[in-house]
Amino acid sequence: MSDGLNQSGESPIGDSVLDTTQLKKGLVRQDDTEWRIEPKGAMRVPVVLFASEALVEDLDDKVLEQAVHVAGLPGIVGASYAMPDAHWGYGFPIGGVAAFDAEQGGVVSGGGVGFDISCGVRTLHTGLDRAAVDAVQDELADALYYRIPVGVGSTGAIRLDRRGMDAMLSGGAAWAVNQGYGRPEDLARIEEQGCVAGADPGQVSDLAKKRQQNEMGTLGSGNHYLEVQLVTDVYDAATAAAFDLDVGAVMVSIHCGSRGLGHQIGTEYLKRMAVAAGRYGIQLPDRELACAPIDSDLGRAYLGAMRAGINCALANRQILTHLAREVFAEFFETDLTLLYDVSHNTCKLEEHTVDGRRRRLHVHRKGATRAFGPGHPDLPTDLRAVGQPVLIGGTMGTASYILVGTEQGMQRAFASACHGAGRAMSRHAATRRWHGRAVQNELAERGIAVRSPSPRGLAEEAPGAYKDVSEVVLVAERAGLARRVARLEPLVCVKG
Amino acid sequence: MLEATAAVVAELGSGTRQDRVARRNRLSGTSGFDGVRPAAGRWAHFEHRADVGVEGTGATPAAAFEQAALALTAIICDPATVRPEAAVDICCEEADLELLFVDWLNALVYRMATERMLFSGFQVAIDGPRLRARVWGEAVEPVRHRPAVEVKGATYTALAVRQQSDGSWIARCVVDV
Repeated sequence: MSDGLNQSGESPIGDSVLDTTQLKKGLVRQDDTEWRIEPKGAMRVPVVLFASEALVEDLDDKVLEQAVHVAGLPGIVGASYAMPDAHWGYGFPIGGVAAFDAEQGGVVSGGGVGFDISCGVRTLHTGLDRAAVDAVQDELADALYYRIPVGVGSTGAIRLDRRGMDAMLSGGAAWAVNQGYGRPEDLARIEEQGCVAGADPGQVSDLAKKRQQNEMGTLGSGNHYLEVQLVTDVYDAATAAAFDLDVGAVMVSIHCGSRGLGHQIGTEYLKRMAVAAGRYGIQLPDRELACAPIDSDLGRAYLGAMRAGINCALANRQILTHLAREVFAEFFETDLTLLYDVSHNTCKLEEHTVDGRRRRLHVHRKGATRAFGPGHPDLPTDLRAVGQPVLIGGTMGTASYILVGTEQGMQRAFASACHGAGRAMSRHAATRRWHGRAVQNELAERGIAVRSPSPRGLAEEAPGAYKDVSEVVLVAERAGLARRVARLEPLVCVKG
Repeated sequence: MLEATAAVVAELGSGTRQDRVARRNRLSGTSGFDGVRPAAGRWAHFEHRADVGVEGTGATPAAAFEQAALALTAIICDPATVRPEAAVDICCEEADLELLFVDWLNALVYRMATERMLFSGFQVAIDGPRLRARVWGEAVEPVRHRPAVEVKGATYTALAVRQQSDGSWIARCVVDV
């Protein structure tokens, strides 16, 4: 049973409000990219931040406060980690990784997963080169924009009744393949082979299911996108060959999550956990850290619902893949094959070696990508020798990257890496600086066809509003979290 | 009379004085409230790097909740473009005023998502733990509303509902977008 975040009620460093400036000053540099805050007050483990000096300087002050709070949660193992793209989240920082041991009173936290459960990226090969896309670039962009439901208020073509909804929540991408969206061979290239075990649709409320009713096969809005991308650089020829990546090859990447269902699960369980924390003897320094013991009715209920949310996201990306394949088939005699599909908002039960002992841990990755190294048994057989593809999304005007999980990374942060660029400024600040149409025109001049229902949305998502993704992945590589394999640039971007 | 705070005008304001005045008038949303009791008070957005903070101020908690709801719509689109054509009733119950505030925002998020609507008029009554509201809006029209981003849910981050030294009430929190 949990022994509480802090039975005395004091915050982890003794004051009711953490001085975030002092926290940054308290960071102790361990090496080129690792910074630590040693345990103090109610912290049970250290905070470990992976960053360059420039990224630390630019770090959102709240990240360290949130990471320190996470370090005080019951049953946390190793450290409270922050990835190079970390920024202020709710409860956990975005770019936060934390593992909990159920046998040590460990907790599961809705805020440690996020509202967009299993938001992630999948990347597909097109078998095309740039010339083929250039010849039809605008028409292809228009066709994708027309076919992919995108933006606020958009609806998908699939309507699920109650049984169908529960089957989807249990079956994930495997359900989608059974319904005719994609092919069985896609599943091997998705985490959990496209269907996470332990999903319990019965723990997902009727409200959440209703919210999802019209949203299957929709992309969403904000930072979600479907991009046609060009491989511009290969850093690791052997791994690139194993991933079938060549300079000049055209890829398709899809970034989206579990849509309204995941948002509603996140909303409902965040409240249930905040209200019940006291009952479980957990005193929270802030309600946003809401959590429940893994080994409790509420913890089990959340895990069942959250896994159903993961399956919803996997099914959603599978349906979007099908739609993209249909569009490409209208333009080219080619087929889109799946490189890999990663989720970066999850809590997963995994085996890790800690101090020489194998332990089963619930690893929260909120805005962080799983990065299994070579030989991991959960990887598809044809990738097992090289490691897991780690897909890092950029912005509509900058690069995306494909990395690979490493042996060293397995020991660094429970096999986790960054997930994207991370915002450098707020949406308001972005709209002050840029205008959507101008952003779209500038990108068009650079050869990137952008389609979106919202000019303001484009301004809010302007490439300059994000951190330098190249710096983020370089630091991830220098920190040994994952290794760069290839760099991609957008040719077409459909944005919500 | 609705009024956007100086903070919002400053945040979104740029260009000529006429532009700023025009934008301020648009942000005020007064043209969109014919026939619907305008809420008294102010609303604002506050900075959060990844998401957005909503804030409402008014003479009572109910008025502050109404203003924060307007701030919620303003994340998605210009509230002045949303016609108050259809009414929706919302009820929430929660003894803790801060949790009630998050419930209120999440109820709006839910109705926007499931009914494909945007809201611009809000009438809230709070009686003990019970919130009853009638809200007015219309179906999303992407070409006219140009919605920038959907709201996923309201969070407990920077959550506060409290009376200020001048007697007015403020309600605020970060919402996930």
